[in-house]
Amino acid sequence: MDDQYIFVEHDKPFRYEDGETIVTRGSAWSAPGCHLGCGVLIRTDKQGNLIDVEGDPDNPFNQGRLCVRCIATKEAVQSPYRLQYPMKRDKAERGNPDAWQEISWDEAYDTIIEEFNNVKENYGAEAVTFWEGTGRDISAWISRLAWSFGSPNFLPSLNGLACYGPRVYGCFTLSGSFWVGDYSQQFADRYDNPQWKCPEVILVWGNNPVVANSDGAFGHWATDCMKRGSKLIVVDSRCTWLAAKAEVWLQVRPGTDAAVALAMANVMIEEDLYDKEFVELWCTGLDEYSANAANYAPEDVAEYAWVDADDIRAAARMYAAADGGVIQWGVVLDQKDEAIPSCQAVAALMMITGNIDNPGGMIKPPEVLMYLNGWGAELLPEEQAAKKLGPNKYPFYNAGVAVAAADVVIEAIETDQPYPIKAAWIQTTNLLACMGVDPERTLEAFKKLDFIVGVDPYMNPTLQALADIMLPVCMFPERSGIRCGDGCQRIETINKAVDPGNTKSDMQINLELGKRFNPEGWPWDTVEEMFSNIYGSTGLTFEEAQAAAPGYMPFEYYKYKSGKLRPDGSPGFNTPSGRLELWSGMMASFGLDPLPIYKEPSVSPYSTPELYKDFPLVLTTGARRWNTFHAENRQTPHLRAMHSEPAVQMHPDTAASLGVSEGEWVWLEGPKGTTGDVARAKRVVEITPIIDPRVVSTDHGWWHPEGDPKKLYDVMDLNINKLMPWGCGPSGIGANYKSLLCRIYKVEERNSHV
Amino acid sequence: MSNRAMLVDYEWCTGCHSCELSCQMKNNLPVGQFGIKITEIGPWQYDDKKWQYTYVPMITDQCNMCADRIEAGKMPLCVQHCQSGCIEIGDVEQLKLKMTNKSKQLLIQP
Repeated sequence: MDDQYIFVEHDKPFRYEDGETIVTRGSAWSAPGCHLGCGVLIRTDKQGNLIDVEGDPDNPFNQGRLCVRCIATKEAVQSPYRLQYPMKRDKAERGNPDAWQEISWDEAYDTIIEEFNNVKENYGAEAVTFWEGTGRDISAWISRLAWSFGSPNFLPSLNGLACYGPRVYGCFTLSGSFWVGDYSQQFADRYDNPQWKCPEVILVWGNNPVVANSDGAFGHWATDCMKRGSKLIVVDSRCTWLAAKAEVWLQVRPGTDAAVALAMANVMIEEDLYDKEFVELWCTGLDEYSANAANYAPEDVAEYAWVDADDIRAAARMYAAADGGVIQWGVVLDQKDEAIPSCQAVAALMMITGNIDNPGGMIKPPEVLMYLNGWGAELLPEEQAAKKLGPNKYPFYNAGVAVAAADVVIEAIETDQPYPIKAAWIQTTNLLACMGVDPERTLEAFKKLDFIVGVDPYMNPTLQALADIMLPVCMFPERSGIRCGDGCQRIETINKAVDPGNTKSDMQINLELGKRFNPEGWPWDTVEEMFSNIYGSTGLTFEEAQAAAPGYMPFEYYKYKSGKLRPDGSPGFNTPSGRLELWSGMMASFGLDPLPIYKEPSVSPYSTPELYKDFPLVLTTGARRWNTFHAENRQTPHLRAMHSEPAVQMHPDTAASLGVSEGEWVWLEGPKGTTGDVARAKRVVEITPIIDPRVVSTDHGWWHPEGDPKKLYDVMDLNINKLMPWGCGPSGIGANYKSLLCRIYKVEERNSHV
Repeated sequence: MSNRAMLVDYEWCTGCHSCELSCQMKNNLPVGQFGIKITEIGPWQYDDKKWQYTYVPMITDQCNMCADRIEAGKMPLCVQHCQSGCIEIGDVEQLKLKMTNKSKQLLIQP
């Protein structure tokens, strides 16, 4: 075992008897899904039945704590909605819930192999597309399945990769690395580590971390730090609990984040607040950046961002003065057509204040394993890789983006251009309910396909509408797996404790099918052997990792000074200039603006004033709720009861002017971008003063598992993404999910159906 | 009367519901019944830029303070899972002493 890792000591093995029960220590990850992977103790009886799941007090990541979704694991695992066996359905019967027939795993695999190979022979492997949901621990295996089959068209069902990707790429364009807030999560001894410093300021930008738990950051690390003295600045269109506790809250109009960040830069430069020594030594492009920021005077920005100019100044001064300032940024920055410029604008604030690679600032996440951006790219022949859909339209897809572009694939399905698409493998994504946009168009496109496989723990609208074969997936207590973490990685394992019945894990399905398609590409007999191969770089076998986890890599700050950020070992950052590039040479090389800029959202009071007359409310979507992760958890009774229907949050004045009351069903109707089409979705009114009267906010991913399967579980009534067209900004990274327009009216008998 | 009580540092409760659900799962409580329940006080704005926005967990008659877990040397499940670490169960006399150290606390004796 490699001794560079720091392991948490345990007085018990990872599996031990406790009276009449057995406890299995490990990590939790998908399904049910999230972006964390907390340490858990899974308690079973001696027959392998799940009794409960609780947080592992010895795990430094969550320190015994759990959110409600993991606490409800037993209800999710034992849900009557679970799929229990593989099924097939005649293509002519798509959408008919009564036409499913139980089949064996062998028959399912044989059918898939025959159908996919038929497509490959007649149209090429690229005609089979492989769709995933939000990454989680599916990405590695599904990407290897796609690429070893010979298809370059593996992709998330997300418009413009508009989640996390833009922040990652935005950071890379400026710094050659990615940066996350320093909450001590890289240390096994956490807040007690002597190297660590509590951030003086946490600038929470466009997310509600305590609810969202996104990107590998356990949201309540923010409250841990607040207890230790951190002060908050919150940029959010709603007054969240964190915003209510903040020193400065900027209630921005959705979509204006980049302008506000540039106005903050303007203040820092005008008032000489930025870290001049750091910028002098380690940044380049300050002159161009300053000239650009000069276009964003606080008073001007305040007017169209609907905030107070003095609050922009206060935020800029407070963040610039902090010795250790985290920017806890969220998906808001990704979900705009110009996402990369937005992310550049905010990332540059970290850079000009020297909050990079410093204690209590922003850190480069330690990487244990390098497989998260897809695994097995070497198995894809070069001539097949060249057929990937996306790079011809979007420059970024030529540069390190491993996946295909969803809008380009949808268009190819519809038009057979540049080549026909004939089949789809849809693994743990419910793209008619979530992630995907314009579900009506998506449904019609997918109906054209000759063969569709669905892989999921539950039936859902997408697979009920479209799948010809269904493969039932087991949940995390029922299988083993690797967890290493979004953000800062650590060595964790997911350890099987519960009998999975006739279901199989995502990775087992991918391994078994992969071996049949391409035995050389999958030279392992068991998933454990496959995991050991991935852990090879750590010097651990999977079994050793199970016994020893959690494990942490050694960590040091200020690596840019010691030459540890660059492959050539010289000081500086891993960019062509070796400096943080406030004027980005990489962006310029793609023909994109090298400086952060602000553009109005594609539809807005200012960019489409005519539309705004008909649709007089700004709509933002995707507000996170405690009980759900995207389209998941609606089948879990105790979770569902916490927030049982999709809501639209509106100010009391807005509700009064619309004549609607709390709890009432309304339609949110809005333009589908600038396509000229209009669409609508139902919501329940929730009246709250936390939002601007000109803005309304809603949660996403809604469908009714208890609803009529023939009506696709009401998804076309409930999916707010109906108001969004396929297509994204000029880089292909970033799409508008969060700054829309709508009008609102009551649901009445005469208009109650779509 | 038991000497056990609950101390809530309501400055930090974010309303995450982990206490509620932990208790429901452990004690097989149906939807709608609670051994501990969060109350929301706010949000409302006052004084230009100030907000009242507080959550307070309150135990019910169905709370048994996880006597079995305490006996086994573990924390009550609501305490262990509380994401902001704002609740504590212990001897009422000792908790009274902690009351004097910090503002925004609530001592609940069932």
